[in-house]
Amino acid sequence: MTDRTPGFATLAIHAGAQPDPTTGARTTPIYQTTSFVFNDADHAASLFGLQAFGNIYTRLGNPTTAVLEERVAALEGGTAAVATASGHAAQVTALHQLLRPGDEFIAARKLYGGSINQFTHAFKSFGWNVVWADPDDIASFERAVTPRTKAIYVESIANPSGSITDIAAIAAVARDAGVPLIVDNTLASPYLIRPIDHGADIVLHSLTKFIGGHGNSIGGVIVDAGTFDWSRDNKYPILSEPRPEYHGIKLQETFGNFAFAIACRVLGLRDLGAALSPFNAFLFLTGVETLPLRMQRHCDNALAVAEWLAAHPAVNEVNYAGLPGNRYNELARKYAPKGAGALFTFTLKGGYEAGVNLVSNLKLFSHLANIGDTRSLVIHPASTTHSQLTDEQKIQAGAGPDLVRLSIGLEDKEDLIADLDQALRG
Amino acid sequence: MNHDIYDDDYIRGILDSMKTIAMVGASPVNVRPSYFAFKYLAQRGYDMIPVNPGQVGKSLIGKPFVASLDDIDRAVDMIDIFRNSEAALPLVEQALKMTPRPKVIWMQLGVRNDDACALAENAGLKVVMNRCPKIEYGRLSSEISWMGVNSRTLSSKRAPVPTQGMRLSLHRVSVGGGDTAAADRAARLKDDKNNRS
Ligand SMILES: Cc1ncc(COP(=O)(O)O)c(C=O)c1O
Repeated sequence: MTDRTPGFATLAIHAGAQPDPTTGARTTPIYQTTSFVFNDADHAASLFGLQAFGNIYTRLGNPTTAVLEERVAALEGGTAAVATASGHAAQVTALHQLLRPGDEFIAARKLYGGSINQFTHAFKSFGWNVVWADPDDIASFERAVTPRTKAIYVESIANPSGSITDIAAIAAVARDAGVPLIVDNTLASPYLIRPIDHGADIVLHSLTKFIGGHGNSIGGVIVDAGTFDWSRDNKYPILSEPRPEYHGIKLQETFGNFAFAIACRVLGLRDLGAALSPFNAFLFLTGVETLPLRMQRHCDNALAVAEWLAAHPAVNEVNYAGLPGNRYNELARKYAPKGAGALFTFTLKGGYEAGVNLVSNLKLFSHLANIGDTRSLVIHPASTTHSQLTDEQKIQAGAGPDLVRLSIGLEDKEDLIADLDQALRG
Repeated sequence: MNHDIYDDDYIRGILDSMKTIAMVGASPVNVRPSYFAFKYLAQRGYDMIPVNPGQVGKSLIGKPFVASLDDIDRAVDMIDIFRNSEAALPLVEQALKMTPRPKVIWMQLGVRNDDACALAENAGLKVVMNRCPKIEYGRLSSEISWMGVNSRTLSSKRAPVPTQGMRLSLHRVSVGGGDTAAADRAARLKDDKNNRS
């Protein structure tokens, strides 16, 4: 069957999984165990020395989690993936393989507020310096490149603004600078955008959102595209030089085009310790099987609600890249032709006050700090996810004080519109 | 043929039909990739012969080293080259003089020599370059999946629990002809770079 390439929905169900070798169980079992017995001393030594394929300890890898990792790697078109305890854990684990104290990375200004905090404050104590650039101004990335730059970081669809990033243009900047492009693909999911196809070298997700899709688990994942040559100019010694922890193994030499994923596992998970629980991996596996169905419905519902809001007299402006006339509509049609995602923001003519009233009047939408649930969600970013930012940072991140963010769920769109209608009437 | 990207069936056919593999440049140092690959392939039931003139008199996991391809006492199906790319040409020349002739020249991850490849292919041998047989075997059998590696294969069949010396089935459904979209891009970029310079 090598002449047929299985499609996305087939991969979403089958990639990485096969019936359990001992029991024949068809659904991937939850291997809720900390550790795995060795056959003998030689087997143990081979596993610890990274010479054999097998399981040791769930902080390093787990058979349930491995199915999820291969599934996401297949959906993104990468060579390998590593699951982590959260999306934030994926970010720190990935960057830890690339940056030394005093190094820099360039990040798009329009990011999830938690990522802006992580980069600005937590990473400063590691001596990693974030340099901000404007995703709507590609030249600002070029200007930010210095000899200490080790990576460029963007979101494919930015949270909360829902703006679409010109991944290919920024990938070209990264290629010229000789650094990897890291794309947080949480909001798009590989169903809408596959960043690797547009030049990304590393893709990250908060699995918590659309891949899990049911609002029941926190998790993250790092996908290695297998495209970056880490040994070219000595800029990435973790990947190109002998590792003292493993008796002098050189990771890229040994593992080739999935060396970055191996580094994230055998150094990142081993030493930083942010492993995903096998139980959560199981829930994510259940979620990801329906990703294509859910994602399409999220987009179709979001477009209907956005169109309705855009025509409402109380609404000032709807920022949804799926709407014709939106400044990101052209990029949306290029990068995400199946839909511009579930998330968008809008401002109300009544300003801050009207936003607060809307949130409290809604009966079906849940007021909470998450996105990518089956349920429709609403939040006022300025007072929650982005509250730690300065006013200027809030506006730059697309989270001004008069703005409401919706994450449209899978309910009947007529019910969502009716709920917004009654809430706007007050 | 295109040596940037291999069809899974091509690799599968080679790994399924080989029995005896001579590994040139096999290292007794247990952190070298050649040691990993040698040990793994031996555990998967291949008759492995370590070739390294500096190690004659010693053995690698119980298999005695030989100094060169000429010193091998039995028919060899495949030569696995764990040397630098320049060493591949004289090794192919030497391999073509062996009787019976080996059927496959395999150059390890990072090793590529298009002249050596052309010489071997013109003599009717199959060639694989810049790949690791351990990784490819682990991928096609999905044994590599434990570390989240994309095997790019699917199967709804129950696989046996692997034991020492067991050959695994490599006959899973391939996702795409060979490599990932990303690997295609890497190959394209490399070509672009070569064309530019
Ligand atoms: C785009 C994006 N990236 C990363 C994260 C962080 O993920 P987690 O909450 O799983 O740590 C979030 C969470 O909201 C997000 O929206």
